[in-house]
Amino acid sequence: MADELVLLDFWPSMFGMRTKMALAEKGVSYEYIETDPWTKTPLLIEMNPIHKKIPVLIHKGKPICESLIQLEYIDEVWSDTYPILPSDPYQKAQARFWADFIDKKLYDPAWKIWGTKGEDQVAAKKELIEHFKTLETELGDKTYYGGEVFGFLDIALMGYYSWFKAMEKFGEFSFETEFPKLTEWTKRCLERESVVKALADSDKIIEYAYALRKKFGAE
Amino acid sequence: MVTGDVKLIGSWASVFVMRARIALNLKSISYEFLQETYGTKSELLLKSNPVHKKMPVLIHADKPVCESNIIVQYIDEAWSSYGPSILPSQPYDRAIARFWAAYVDDKWFIALRSILTARGEEEKKAAIAEVEERTDHLEKAFIDCSNGKPFFNGDHIGYLDIALGSFLGWWRVVELDANHILLDETKTPSLFKWAERFCNDPAVKPLMPETTKLAEFARKLFPKPQA
Repeated sequence: MADELVLLDFWPSMFGMRTKMALAEKGVSYEYIETDPWTKTPLLIEMNPIHKKIPVLIHKGKPICESLIQLEYIDEVWSDTYPILPSDPYQKAQARFWADFIDKKLYDPAWKIWGTKGEDQVAAKKELIEHFKTLETELGDKTYYGGEVFGFLDIALMGYYSWFKAMEKFGEFSFETEFPKLTEWTKRCLERESVVKALADSDKIIEYAYALRKKFGAE
Repeated sequence: MVTGDVKLIGSWASVFVMRARIALNLKSISYEFLQETYGTKSELLLKSNPVHKKMPVLIHADKPVCESNIIVQYIDEAWSSYGPSILPSQPYDRAIARFWAAYVDDKWFIALRSILTARGEEEKKAAIAEVEERTDHLEKAFIDCSNGKPFFNGDHIGYLDIALGSFLGWWRVVELDANHILLDETKTPSLFKWAERFCNDPAVKPLMPETTKLAEFARKLFPKPQA
C-alpha cells in the first residue's frame, strides 16, 4: 500500500535514484515527497536526525537511511519478487565491496569536477577517470555487474548516470571514448523501465551543477 | 559449504581485523592467522586486495573477501547454520544495525582518530568535543537497539557490538593520550557497562590487546611532533 511507504528524496540525488530503481524493480508503490536537503524540513530532521540527508525511506512510519542500506532493506522485505542481491554469500560480498568502492571513491572527485576549478578540478578528473577504469575492468565482458542479472551493483552505479553528462562537460572528456564497455553496459541498463523512470534529465542536472558551482564560488 | 581452508590476513593491533576475528570466533571457525609485519605489505595482501591494499582480508577456499563489515556479514551468511546470528533477523533491525555501523566508521572513528592527529590544544579540544557528541548519539542508539538487553544485538553480541566494540582498545589508548575520559560512566552509563560486558565476551576476550602494548604501538603510528 502506497501509504505504508514514503520516500523523501531530492530530484538530482544519485542516491535517491538508486532507491527509486530498487522500488520499481520490486513493483512497490510509494508516496514521493520532494525534499530539498539544503533547507532541512521538519520531516527530514525528524526522520534523519543524525545526517539530515536524503534519501530517507519511511516504511510504516519507521525511517531507513543511506541508499545502499535501503537497497538491502527493500530486497529483504520484498523478497518474493525480483532479487536485487545475489543469494550466494561470496557474490553478495563482492557486490557490497564494489558498491562501497563506488561510494568511497567516486563521490568526492565527482563533486570536485563540477564544484571546483583549476588544479583541484584537474586532479579530480584524473582520479575519477582512474576509478571508472577500475570499475570498467571489474565489469569485464559481463552483461551486468551481477552477471546475467541486473542487480545491486548495477543500481549502485547507474544511480550516478544522470550526472555522467555533467562530469563529461565539466571534466572535458568523453565517457564513451574513455570507457567503451561501461558505455555499452549503461545502454543495456537503460533498456529497463525501472532505470529510465528513476533517472533525472541529464541536461537539467548540468543546469543544477552550474547553480552549485556558482553557490560554491567555482564560477 | 567447506569449513576448512580459512585464512585471515591481519594484525593484532587493528580494530578492523579484530571485527573479523570476533565473527570467526562466534561461529567457532578455525582459521590460519597471517600476521602482517608493521611497515610492510605482504605479497599475499597485495594480491588479495589489489584495490585498497588493506587488511583485513578473509580468504575462504582461496577466494578473498575485503572490508571488515563486509567480511563480518560474509561470515554470518557463509556459516549461517553455525553458532549465533551476527546480524539481527528482522529487516528493519538489520537496517538500523548497518546504519550505526556505518556511522561508527564514517563519523565516530574519524573524530576519535583526529584526537590523535590534533595539532595543538585548540584542535584537540574540538576533536574531543566531537567525539563526546558522537558517543552520545551511540548511547541513545544502544538504548534503542538493545531494548533492555545486554548488547546492541540483544542477548548476544552481534554486528553493531562488533563494529563499535572492536574499538575499545584504541578508545582507551586515545583517552590516555588525550588525558581525558572518552567513555564516561556518568555521561554514557549504558555504553560504559556494555563495554565491560563486550570485553568479557569469550569471543572477544582473547583478542582485545593490552592497553600498554597498544599505546606503545600508537606512539609509532602517530608520532608526536618534536617540542
